[in-house]
Amino acid sequence: MSAESKDQATLPDEATTVLDVRHLPTFAFGPRSIMWWSTMGLILIESTVFAISIVSYFYLRSVASAWPINAAQPDLLWGTVNTGIMVLSLLPNQLAKNASERKDRQACAIWMTACLLCAIAFLVVRGFEFATLRVNWDTNAYGSIVWLLLGLHTTHLITDALDSAVLAALLFVGPFEPKRFVDVNESGMYWYFVVIAWIPIYGTIYWAPRL
Amino acid sequence: MMPDGVHRHGDHLLDGGLDQAVVNALARTWSDPPSWTGALSAINHKTVSRRFMVTTFVFFLLAGLFALAIRLQLARPDNHLFDPDLYNQLFTMHGTAMMFLFAVPVMQAVALYLVPLMIGTRSVAFPRMNAYAYWVFLFGGLLLFGAFAVGSGPNTGWFSYVPLSGPDYSPGKGVDIWAQMITFTELSSLLVAIVLITTILKMRAPGMTLSRMPLFVWATLVTQFMVLFAMPAVMFGSTALILDRLVGTHFYNPANGGDVLLWQHVFWFFGHPEVYLIFIPPLGFISSIIATFTGRPIFGYPAMVMALIVTAFLAFGLWVHHMFATNIPELGKSFFTAASLMIAIPSGIQIFCWLATLCTGRIVLRTPMYFVLAFFFILVLGGLTGVMLGSVSLDLQVHDTYFVVAHLHYVLLGGAVFPLFGAFFFWFPKFTGRMLNERLGLWQFWLFFVGFNVAFFPMHWLGLHGMPRRVWTYPAGMGWETMNFVATIGAFTIGLSVLLFLINVVLAYRHLPGAPSDPWNADGLEWTIPSPPPPHNFDRLPVVRSRSPAWEENTSATAIGGLAADAREVLITSAVEAKPDLRVLFPTSSIWPFISAVATTVLFIGSIYTPWAVVWGSIPVSIAVAVWFWPDKNDTQTALSLERHP
Ligand code: HEM
Ligand SMILES: [Cu+2]
Repeated sequence: MSAESKDQATLPDEATTVLDVRHLPTFAFGPRSIMWWSTMGLILIESTVFAISIVSYFYLRSVASAWPINAAQPDLLWGTVNTGIMVLSLLPNQLAKNASERKDRQACAIWMTACLLCAIAFLVVRGFEFATLRVNWDTNAYGSIVWLLLGLHTTHLITDALDSAVLAALLFVGPFEPKRFVDVNESGMYWYFVVIAWIPIYGTIYWAPRL
Repeated sequence: MMPDGVHRHGDHLLDGGLDQAVVNALARTWSDPPSWTGALSAINHKTVSRRFMVTTFVFFLLAGLFALAIRLQLARPDNHLFDPDLYNQLFTMHGTAMMFLFAVPVMQAVALYLVPLMIGTRSVAFPRMNAYAYWVFLFGGLLLFGAFAVGSGPNTGWFSYVPLSGPDYSPGKGVDIWAQMITFTELSSLLVAIVLITTILKMRAPGMTLSRMPLFVWATLVTQFMVLFAMPAVMFGSTALILDRLVGTHFYNPANGGDVLLWQHVFWFFGHPEVYLIFIPPLGFISSIIATFTGRPIFGYPAMVMALIVTAFLAFGLWVHHMFATNIPELGKSFFTAASLMIAIPSGIQIFCWLATLCTGRIVLRTPMYFVLAFFFILVLGGLTGVMLGSVSLDLQVHDTYFVVAHLHYVLLGGAVFPLFGAFFFWFPKFTGRMLNERLGLWQFWLFFVGFNVAFFPMHWLGLHGMPRRVWTYPAGMGWETMNFVATIGAFTIGLSVLLFLINVVLAYRHLPGAPSDPWNADGLEWTIPSPPPPHNFDRLPVVRSRSPAWEENTSATAIGGLAADAREVLITSAVEAKPDLRVLFPTSSIWPFISAVATTVLFIGSIYTPWAVVWGSIPVSIAVAVWFWPDKNDTQTALSLERHP
């Protein structure tokens, strides 16, 4: 404590210029916001996980004598339908993002709800997808890795759906402050990631065995 | 510009003056709540970091006790102190705890305390997530030690190679617990990495451009980026392992198309960079300590920063050198041999810069400096043996012998534990407000240094004379008796030295806190505030004009004002230039990170016993996390009253 007063004595108050920051805004979009950085961090981590899983798929394939191992090729129908739904869901997603940048709470709420409905739709279709893999996780290593890939992506769909649900609820009823627009915006960015990450996974699961 | 005094913004008291009312308000605002529920709700970065450091240190002590047990067992031939299975558990627990529960997390823990102080801010980013990460880490560690205590500790070595660790050869729960412990600690590490990266890039004091950032902060930043890319590999690997064991997948089962080398690849893709996760932050400690005790800034700052970044990149190219004894293609092996040797270049540059600093400065020899000088000595030896292992032919000779055990401890203790103790000595006054005793410190140092060499140097010899690692005993007459006995003496000397450190800490706590704010005449911002720092760190946030702000304090008398003193407002600055950009309201204390961590623990541990735990266990997790994020009415009110649109 005594040392502290010494320090302050060497830094007399009058000699200090104070830079006033009270005029600064309290939120902003994109890289100016710390939410953007955490979302980006998350995206980097998850991309690495997806990349490692896909590389492992091809690694296992490289050591197998035939691929798929003792199984029929996966059925294309539901996976492709789901890809379509996911790509379409980018529309409400972008509209929610735009609304957040306009700071239009009502439009945000509506488009978030639309996103949530999309999420529910592709979770339902995802159920059919698992059935059309035509192999079980415990049949062989091929089955294990495709279930892992699909399962991993499904966890992202589920967390994204929950996230959208909470945000939508917040937009409708919650104690609201404009900072939440940044959350909506970032959740939109994450959604883009989940959809874009699906494309290579879709290619790996459904098309790689056909090559 | 505004004159000093008390300022208000609507109903809010603003900071910027040194008026007692403002300082008190800041302290109140940033304190953790009292009582035991308050303790579970604490999110102040210093509180979380202190807990984190103590927890990792306790794990270090426990892992050290396991090491002593190992050395007791090996002290003489044909010893039957422990049976072989318990011995397997001992070295597995020792290696696992040292690597996953001590060496990597302790570096993050120290950074969580120091980074905000060094960059001039009042918190870390996402303080609640940070608290959650701590709890998850704690529970993961308790799981491992708890399992050992009830007799089902893992016993397949710290890297749990398949097929040994697979369902066929390792029945029982040990390996499952090991794999889930990985999930816990890696989750925690990844979250802390996001916290630290965001803090460093977005919360630096105005004027602290990237090129003025302290080298320790650079080292931390580089390390956390490595965490983002390295940890997912081992999480993937351990998840696949536990799936093989629990639900009958075949990732690693060659009988059904799986492959055991897949495990080695993903493990070492993480495991090699992991050595650098342990190794790079201490480079930052060393720079801080050398600068302070030579009284001059580190020579060649840009070269130091470049060397850190290059090391990080090369570290990812090196994992295959752990697999020279496998059947990967020869050309590949040559490539990786070259990469292993190349990493010597950035290390050489750093050593050169430190030596230049030491030569041109006036050296003051205090305890932290002894630890740093020992680092140089040990590094030279460890580096040499490393270069030897990096060559394919020699590696095959000494593979899985005590030569490897010796090398690994030279690198890990020399590269991390010595500088870490130096750092504890150096920053102890800042953490606690108390000084450690110098004389005891020197005793500790010399016992550590001598004990270390006595313990590990003979192991090189043992390895070259054929003693394999991970053997629970050996017959008399192999010629290994003397060296093993010597190694055991050395190990207990290290134990004594660590005991002296604990005594030193206890003695320090018997005095009243009275450490000056800058006992060493050091250069960083952390030394411009009291020891220990008040809850809000800085009464008035600094503006930085140089790389050694504390040495130039009188010339840079500019400070920040205008943030709320009665709400947790934080200044956000731009990533490169550190220009003031936003004032963001940070969250208040909350018990929900703790509850979420408990729910996560139930899910992870439950999943060891039934896969369905992943389904029902995720319900409480989702609820807890949703409640955590659901804004509180009062907090929203505060936010609205401070609101200003971009
Ligand atoms: C403090 C004194 C220490 C002593 C006396 C010690 C002793 C030992 C010994 C004798 C072994 C070989 C066991 C065997 O192969 O049968 C061993 C293994 C190991 N130690 Fe240490 N150690 C110490 C500190 C550390 C530290 C600080 C770290 C890491 C930061 C560490 C990491 C490891 C690892 C990773 C292994 C390999 C475990 C395995 O084979 O699975 N040790 N230690
Ligand atoms: Cu390595």
